Amino acid sequence: MSETVYEVMRSQGITRRSFLKFCSVMAAGMSLGPAYVYDIARALETRPRVPVLWLHGLECTCCSESFIRSSHPLAKDVILSMISLDYDDTLMAAAGFQAEACIDAIMEKHPGEYILAVEGNPPLNEDGMYCIVGGKPFVEQLKHVASRAKAVIAWGSCASWGCVQAAKPNPTQATPIHKVLTDHQVVKIPGCPPIAEVMTGVITYITAFGRLPDLDREGRPKMFYSQRIHDKCYRRPNFDAGQYVEHWDDEGARKGYCLYKVGCKGPVTYNACSTTGWNNGVSFPIKSGHGCIGCSEENFWDKGPFYKHLSNLDGFGIEADADTLGAVALGAAGAGVAAHALLTGLRKPGKESDDTGSKGNEKI
Amino acid sequence: MENSDTEMGAAPENEMGAFYIYEAPVRLWHWINAASILVLAGTGLLIAHPLPSVMGEASHHFVMGDIRFAHFISAWLFGGGFLIRILWSFFGNKYSRELFHLPLKDGSWWRSLGFEVRWNLFLEKRARKYYGHNPMAQLVMFTFFLLGTLLMILTGGALYAEALGGGSWADHLFGWVTPLVGQPQDLRTLHHLGMWIILVFVVGHIYMAIREDIVGRQTSVSTMISGYRIFRK
Repeated sequence: MSETVYEVMRSQGITRRSFLKFCSVMAAGMSLGPAYVYDIARALETRPRVPVLWLHGLECTCCSESFIRSSHPLAKDVILSMISLDYDDTLMAAAGFQAEACIDAIMEKHPGEYILAVEGNPPLNEDGMYCIVGGKPFVEQLKHVASRAKAVIAWGSCASWGCVQAAKPNPTQATPIHKVLTDHQVVKIPGCPPIAEVMTGVITYITAFGRLPDLDREGRPKMFYSQRIHDKCYRRPNFDAGQYVEHWDDEGARKGYCLYKVGCKGPVTYNACSTTGWNNGVSFPIKSGHGCIGCSEENFWDKGPFYKHLSNLDGFGIEADADTLGAVALGAAGAGVAAHALLTGLRKPGKESDDTGSKGNEKI
Repeated sequence: MENSDTEMGAAPENEMGAFYIYEAPVRLWHWINAASILVLAGTGLLIAHPLPSVMGEASHHFVMGDIRFAHFISAWLFGGGFLIRILWSFFGNKYSRELFHLPLKDGSWWRSLGFEVRWNLFLEKRARKYYGHNPMAQLVMFTFFLLGTLLMILTGGALYAEALGGGSWADHLFGWVTPLVGQPQDLRTLHHLGMWIILVFVVGHIYMAIREDIVGRQTSVSTMISGYRIFRK
């Protein structure tokens, strides 16, 4: 832990000018004012690099794929120099016993100083036997490494919420990490995958300021997850105007109208896609003409279908959403009322003939 | 038939004349509330199932914007009115508190409830008289209307908080509801279901009020207009 981020970057041929540009981009990305540029620069010049142990549980590696495509900053140039990525079985050169030895070495050398970044989640069914790393259930490795970690980051929807392997009926009992590491504050970076710039932004923040960013109720960094896709969507004016894609390839689709009617989950999804975009800001799903599927929200696989904006409800047959169910209930209530009214009408003459009074009920 | 004179809330069998039951603020609230529910349900359905698209420049139209605005205005009337109605229950007469309180420990209330269920199953020959709500009306009012209203205010407030953003007053007030019920999509589903619960209540409520007026022995619809309950033989 002797080298600072700045020293590593300079040794890789990055000029001071580029370094300061990077600090500016980071400050802007984290919604910080210009004054923070120098705070970030000073921190990266003086603070030692943070060791990161990056564990992989049940996952598809899309988080890693996203991470290494970070454009601001480029992962290869900056992030891998900013942090000391001491264990990541997908990216590291070592394998087998040598790789596993890195974990214990870091835990011995830097207790309470390293960041645990978790991609994927542990399956708890059958004592965790559905995911074995280094001959042991992943859940054991996870708890072991977390025991001396300074901070825990949950990469992606797997670690944050459970994602596809936790979708119903969840046969392996895949469990998001905050439910396993209950005595840790877990920073959730949900998304399937999360946005690369969001991932690197969070690491930069922790490195630069030595603390976790402000988190919302769900444990997500406020700077990236405090607004919905819908709130910053460039098609929002079409939503407000009442201009929608009614069917795929119709006039509205060609004109780039709002995708709400074809199932866009942008209004119920907290993420930064509509602000940062993907692949160096080139595009994001809505910009490409497809609705948001809500991949950064809890259990989004079970909130389908993707092409309807209301979810189907369990236990009420296929294709029954809240409104079909409600309309049926209202129809049943109406029919019941009509039948009751009819019965009341049929009985009324009989009522008058009983001995409750010499006059009919109508007369007061 | 058991003697109704001693039963909770029920008027004596031979009670006649007019009694002032619903004070002006209750009546005013009732009709503002009815109107706001009508607008909320109508605009809510249009938000969930929008009108056919309009063509032309987005800047020339504000269809969904206007519908949502009407929804929020009536939501303020609905939510704000409910708050004032709660406050009024501290100042109003005892009938103004019936909506918020079920006398579950009162045996006579349960017996009257049984009577009303039988009456509506055509098993009793003569209606009973009540100054305020009969126990069945009170029970349905509490479970469907009161709890439905609370559900709609809480989920609606949390949905409003999403638009205002994290850290807004609505977020502080209602933001906790979202994680409680799951995630934002679950919140939406619940808000939809809540509307249907209230609409089912509205159908039953209007039917029962009119039916009571016709085959019961007391006024019901006009009581919510004039405030007076008039008993007949």
